[in-house]
Amino acid sequence: MSAAIELRGVEKSFGDVAIIRNINLTVAQGERHALIGPNGAGKSTTFNLISGYMAPSSGSVLLRGEVISGLPPYQINRRGLSRSFQVTNVFANLSVWENLRCAVLWATGQRYSFWKNIDNLPEVRTRTAIILEDINLTARRDVPAGLLTYAEQRALEIGITVAGGADVILLDEPTAGMSHAETERAVALIRRLTEGRTLLIVEHDMSVVFGLAQRISVLVYGQIIASGTPEEIRADPKVKEAYLGEEAA
Amino acid sequence: MTVTTLSAAPPLPTATEKFRFYALWIAMAVVLVVLPQIFGSGASLTTFSLIGISAIFALSYNILLGQTGMLSFGHAVYYGLGGFMVIHAINIIGANKLSIPLPVVPLIGGLTGLLFAALLGWVSTQRSGTAFAMISLGVAELIASSALILRSFFGGEAGISANRTKLFRVFGWTFGPQIQIYYLVAAWTLIAVIAMYALTRTPLGRMCNAVRDNPERVQFVGYNPHVIRYLAFCFSGFFAGVAGALAAINFEIANSAYLGAVQSGTVLFAAYIGGIGFFIGPIVGAIVVTILSLGLSDLTQVWQLYFGLIFIAVVLFAPGGITGLLMMHRPLLRAGNLFKLLPSYLAALVATAAMIAGLILAIETIVHYTVNPGDDSHIKAFGVGFDAASPYIWATAAVLMIGGYLAARRTWTWVGHAWDNATHEAREKGIAA
Repeated sequence: MSAAIELRGVEKSFGDVAIIRNINLTVAQGERHALIGPNGAGKSTTFNLISGYMAPSSGSVLLRGEVISGLPPYQINRRGLSRSFQVTNVFANLSVWENLRCAVLWATGQRYSFWKNIDNLPEVRTRTAIILEDINLTARRDVPAGLLTYAEQRALEIGITVAGGADVILLDEPTAGMSHAETERAVALIRRLTEGRTLLIVEHDMSVVFGLAQRISVLVYGQIIASGTPEEIRADPKVKEAYLGEEAA
Repeated sequence: MTVTTLSAAPPLPTATEKFRFYALWIAMAVVLVVLPQIFGSGASLTTFSLIGISAIFALSYNILLGQTGMLSFGHAVYYGLGGFMVIHAINIIGANKLSIPLPVVPLIGGLTGLLFAALLGWVSTQRSGTAFAMISLGVAELIASSALILRSFFGGEAGISANRTKLFRVFGWTFGPQIQIYYLVAAWTLIAVIAMYALTRTPLGRMCNAVRDNPERVQFVGYNPHVIRYLAFCFSGFFAGVAGALAAINFEIANSAYLGAVQSGTVLFAAYIGGIGFFIGPIVGAIVVTILSLGLSDLTQVWQLYFGLIFIAVVLFAPGGITGLLMMHRPLLRAGNLFKLLPSYLAALVATAAMIAGLILAIETIVHYTVNPGDDSHIKAFGVGFDAASPYIWATAAVLMIGGYLAARRTWTWVGHAWDNATHEAREKGIAA
C-alpha cells in the first residue's frame, strides 16, 4: 500500500533564500501525523507545497503514489486532499450554511452546473447538515461567517476542510489562539472528524501534538531532523537540542 | 441521525412561502401589463422601455460586480455589439423576407454578447481585481475605437439604422407604435430578470459568491475560480447583449456611443446606486438613474455633474446603495419602532436639503460665469429663476451651504443616536439588526 502523502527531496526557494531544504517525509494512510518545529522552520510552506498553493523548486510530492506537485490546488483537492489555513480563510459574507454547502458542491458532483436549483439537491443538503451538526454550529447556521467568534470561525474552517469528504486532511495550527477549554473541544472535534482518514497537522501546542499524533516529524530550518513515534521524538537528543529543549528552558 | 441532521438544515420553503414567491413574479408581470393603462402617454412608454432595458443591463453587470466581485469598466462592449448585430440582423431579415419575427431578435443580441464574452473573457477573467478592471478598460477602448474605423460594420459616426416594422409579423403586430415596443421590452425584462434570479440560486451562482468573497479558498474546495469567473462573464455578456438588442430595436439605430465609456460608466453607476449587494438593487438603480437622466437634463445644463456628486455621496455614505438603505430599516419595521426615527430624519432632511440648495445655487452661479459668461445673468435652474450677478444670491448660497452643513452635522449625529437606540430596542425584542 502506498503512503497517503510522500515528499521526495522537496526543495523550495524564494530567490536565493532556501526555505525548504530537501524534505523527505512519508505519512502512512490512516495515520495522524504532526509536523512540529520552531517559528519560521517552513511548516506552512510545506503545507503550501503539498496542497498545490506553491510548486516545489525541485523534488516531488506524491498523493497515494501519484505525483501531484505542479498541479493547481483545485485538482489536488479533487483527488481527495483538503487543507485548512492558519489564518482563518472562510467566505466572510456568506452564512455558515452557505460556507459549508460550497465546500460539498464539487464532492457531490455539482461541478459548474447552472441548471439545478441549489436548494433542491437532497445529497448536498444532507451532507451540509451533517457537517453543520458535526462542528456544532447549528445555532449559528444563518450568521455570516465574518460575524462568528474566533473559535467558531476556526471550527468552520475545519468544517469547510473536511466537508468535501477528502480522505487526506491537512490542518494548519487549528487551535492557535484558542483558550484551554476551546482547544480541548477543538481537539475532540478534529479526532472525531478525521476518524478513518489521514491527518497531517501543524501545531504549536505540545499537549495537542502528543495527545493526538501517532507519528511526529520535526522540521527545523527547512529540513526534517527527526521522524517517529511521540516516544521516539521525546527521547531524540537532536530534537531536544533544536526545539523541545528550548521550550523546557 | 437523519432526524437531527435535517433539523440542522434550513427549513424547506412551506407551501405558503412558495405561493408567495410565485405570486411576487406574477404580480410583477401583472404590473408590467397594466402599467401602460395607467401611464399611457408616449413619453412614459418610452421611459418605461428605457427603464426595462437599463434594468436588464444593470442586472447583467451585477452578475460581475455584485455576485462575482469583478469590477468591469467595459461592460458596454457586449451591450453595444449585441445592439449592432441586431440592427444588421433586422436589415438582413427584412431584405431576405426571412420568417423571423421581431420578438425573437433580442436573442441574436444575447448570443452576440455571449460569443464576444466567450472570446474576450478567457484572458481577462484569469484574475479579478485590478488586473480584470484594467483589461476590461483596454478591451472597451479597443472595441470603441474600432467602431469608428470599421465603417462597414459600425457605420462610423452616424452609426447604422434599421426599420423594425418590416419583419415577419405575428398576430398583426408591426412593432411600429411605442406601446408594442413597450410590451416587447417588458416581456424580455421579465424573462431576463427571472433567468438572472434563477442563476443566483444554482451551484454556479453560489460559487460566484464564494469567488467574490475569497477566490483563494475556492481553489481548496475543488473549484477553479477562473472557470467560475469566466462562466459568470459569459452569462453577463449574454444578458448585456439582450439589453443592447432591445435598445437598438427601441431606437432603430446603433452607433458608437452604445459601446463607449459613458455607457460602461452609466451601468456601473446604476448598479452601484441601486445597491450591488442585493438582487433587486440594480433594478432600483436602473429606475432611479433612467428617471434622473431624463429629468435632470431638462432642469439643468450640468446634470452630469450632479450625477457625479450623487455617485460620490452614495459611495461615501451609503455603500449599500438605495436598496441597502431601505433594507437596513427592515428590522425596525418589524420591531415597530421605525417611527421613533422620524423626528431626527425630518430634521436631518431639512438641514441637508438647505445645504444642497446652497450647493446647487453656488454650482449654477459658477457654471454661468465659467461656461456662458457673456449671457444674461438671469438664469434658470431646476425651474427656479435667479440673478447670478446678485450679491444676495452669493450670500444666500454661502449661508445655506455653511449653515446647512453645520446644522446637518448635528442632525446626523442625532440620527445616529436615534438609530442606535432603535436597533438596540429591536435587538432586545429578539429581532436581528
